[in-house]
Amino acid sequence: MGTGMNLDYAPAPESRDLARLRPAYQAFIDGTFRDGRGEAIKTLNPADGTPLAEVSQASPADVDDAVVAARRAFGPWSRLSGAQRGKYLFRIARVIQERSRELAVLESLDNGKPIRESRDVDIPLAAAHFFYYAGWADKLDCAGFGPHPQPVGVAGQIIPWNFPLLMAAWKIAPALACGNTVILKPAETTPLTALVLAEIIAEAGLPPGVVNILPGGPPIGQAIVAHPGIDKIAFTGSTTVGKAIQQAVAVSGQRLSLELGGKGANIVFDDAPIDQAIEGIVTGIFFNQGQVCCAGSRLLVQESVADEVVASLRQRLLTLRVGDPLDKNTDIGAINSAEQLARITSLADAGEAEGASRWSPPCELPARGYWFAPTVFTGVSQAHRIAREEIFGPVLSVLTFRTPAEAIEKANNTPYGLSAGVWTEKGSRILAMAKELRAGVVWANTFNRFDPASPFGGYKESGFGREGGRHGLEAYLDV
Amino acid sequence: MSEPTPEQQDRLPVRKTYKLYVGGAFPRSESGRSYPVTSPSGVVLAHVAQASRKDVRDAVRAARAAFTGWAAATGYNRGQVLYRVAELLEGRRDQLAAEVRATEACSLSLARAQVDAAIDRWVYYAGWADKYDQVAGTTNPVSGAYFNFSVPEPTGVVAVIAPPRPSLLGIVNAMVPVITSGNTAVVLASQDHPLSAVSLSEALGPSDLPAGVVNILTGHTAELAPWLASHRDVNALDLAGLPEEDRASLRIAAADNVKRVYTGRPGSDNRHALSRLLAFVETKTVWHPTGF
Repeated sequence: MGTGMNLDYAPAPESRDLARLRPAYQAFIDGTFRDGRGEAIKTLNPADGTPLAEVSQASPADVDDAVVAARRAFGPWSRLSGAQRGKYLFRIARVIQERSRELAVLESLDNGKPIRESRDVDIPLAAAHFFYYAGWADKLDCAGFGPHPQPVGVAGQIIPWNFPLLMAAWKIAPALACGNTVILKPAETTPLTALVLAEIIAEAGLPPGVVNILPGGPPIGQAIVAHPGIDKIAFTGSTTVGKAIQQAVAVSGQRLSLELGGKGANIVFDDAPIDQAIEGIVTGIFFNQGQVCCAGSRLLVQESVADEVVASLRQRLLTLRVGDPLDKNTDIGAINSAEQLARITSLADAGEAEGASRWSPPCELPARGYWFAPTVFTGVSQAHRIAREEIFGPVLSVLTFRTPAEAIEKANNTPYGLSAGVWTEKGSRILAMAKELRAGVVWANTFNRFDPASPFGGYKESGFGREGGRHGLEAYLDV
Repeated sequence: MSEPTPEQQDRLPVRKTYKLYVGGAFPRSESGRSYPVTSPSGVVLAHVAQASRKDVRDAVRAARAAFTGWAAATGYNRGQVLYRVAELLEGRRDQLAAEVRATEACSLSLARAQVDAAIDRWVYYAGWADKYDQVAGTTNPVSGAYFNFSVPEPTGVVAVIAPPRPSLLGIVNAMVPVITSGNTAVVLASQDHPLSAVSLSEALGPSDLPAGVVNILTGHTAELAPWLASHRDVNALDLAGLPEEDRASLRIAAADNVKRVYTGRPGSDNRHALSRLLAFVETKTVWHPTGF
């Protein structure tokens, strides 16, 4: 600022007690909480590596029990009037809103994301998702899928660790609205908010077996995918696992929806409002530490403004605050796990080894826990691994282009097709770019916005099926 | 196809060579192979080209090359092109009916009914080309100062395995909804009853359909379908024409690049016809802030 004023922030931590952490959490099967028959694990706080709670994990036998419960619950639940089903979902939405502070703190503790994000994005959107699909439950006849569209049956749902409660809401809300029953497996490293959601669901009075939540690792995911009593699989996660699931259901011919990885291009033209674009670039790659499938992980900037944009971006990154996820001033929290940190580290090292220039703002990372400084690579070529592979971390690869045609060619030069961004003041160019980009979501002069009314999902190897909006009903209807 | 009438007895009929249709041209199989197509009573009706893996590759390449232009054509334009095909097929009704009758050994009236239904299908989908967006697309009332809309877009290159029969209506039912939205197609014709499919391609050749939008291969389904299912530049598969027991291995191969796999639903009403079209579109959602 040049005034000599100290504009640093005092710490403003949210109280950890709000999370109402309990020593142990159990699986939720057939309307009751009980210990799973799998190995109990400690879920860690990624910000310091300390255990938060013990979680009793499910075994394949628990999957069997959950399938029996969900099958039994399916008939009555699917025959319930849409209006009644909707009311249950409205109840869930309301309780999420009422317990939002608790859920936000718990989410930040278990995931490592800044409280600002869990408080302002994850939890409100989770509630909104239930609220949105609650209203569809008695209007399915009018949804454009023909008269009396029928539910699919029992849905097996496997979700990732990056938006634990929000992904649970994305999966459960439309499934229940359409009259399905569900078996949901939260991610191994982030089971806590899903298990509190199970409490909320029990409190809302849903019949036993309509929702079953089974914490566990990949073996439980495999048991769900392989189970003949499950009619539909919905998976959000990596493209590698998504392909394995698509193969696994090939023989049974089970229904499948996949929301997989991405390598989103965020394209900045020379006439873009640069300050806004900088904010969009930052949101695009550093929101949730870049652990977002639709992250704008490739910045494509028009050559004539590349130096200016990169210089402004660096200035902006100097102001980002990396640290305690529970601090309300924190912009960048912890990486979710040691495993993910190792992957980010290895890919960033590959970027350097392949000749790209690496830069991070000077920032002191906490000594314990899993941390990675925001990182920008310039001088990146399309052949570099950091331009091709999903890093799923706070690492931006900067490439340049001269013409719109070159931007389109580079943006689409990936097996993925989840998201893209366009920054320009020219309306006709926005619409032309939006048309040419082979991606399921295009953010123009904005990035990483989400809404329950807005369909989300990928082209190409980013998966198929849509979540959100009227389109999101289709994955859970027999149409 | 039909027996010569008495006054034609002195004229030897000119028989047709049944070739592939790839990139707007009519090549023989690069493998040099052909196979006999017989009537149900065993009479050899013709020798048709037996496509190979390389023909599959050429067809996919042609379909990919045609995709950008066809997908960018307006719905109105695509509709006109499809309608033009119906016009051209109308002039070949007798030939198509004779081929259907000969290979399927059905009555002439059934064969004619099949041909007429196939032609009418082109007219039906011609009308969808500039309308399905309005059925499948939405504007989305998001909570915030954004204009947000979703539009359907073609998936890309779609491989279609036509059902064994009805030999003409089956391939038309599967193929036309795929291209209506702007996809391009590589189609395996009915292995045992491919004659009318080849004659269909001969109507497509001089039509306004750009080269490569439709590519029709004849050959052995069990040999060719796996190459289509595993091809990295094919985006979607229509397996509705295959029995369920033949689908699993193709679905496994399809997972390698996350292909969309359609296996069809029973029924042939208009809803079903629309669902075939919508099975091969992607939904794109676009956000933009609003403000002064």
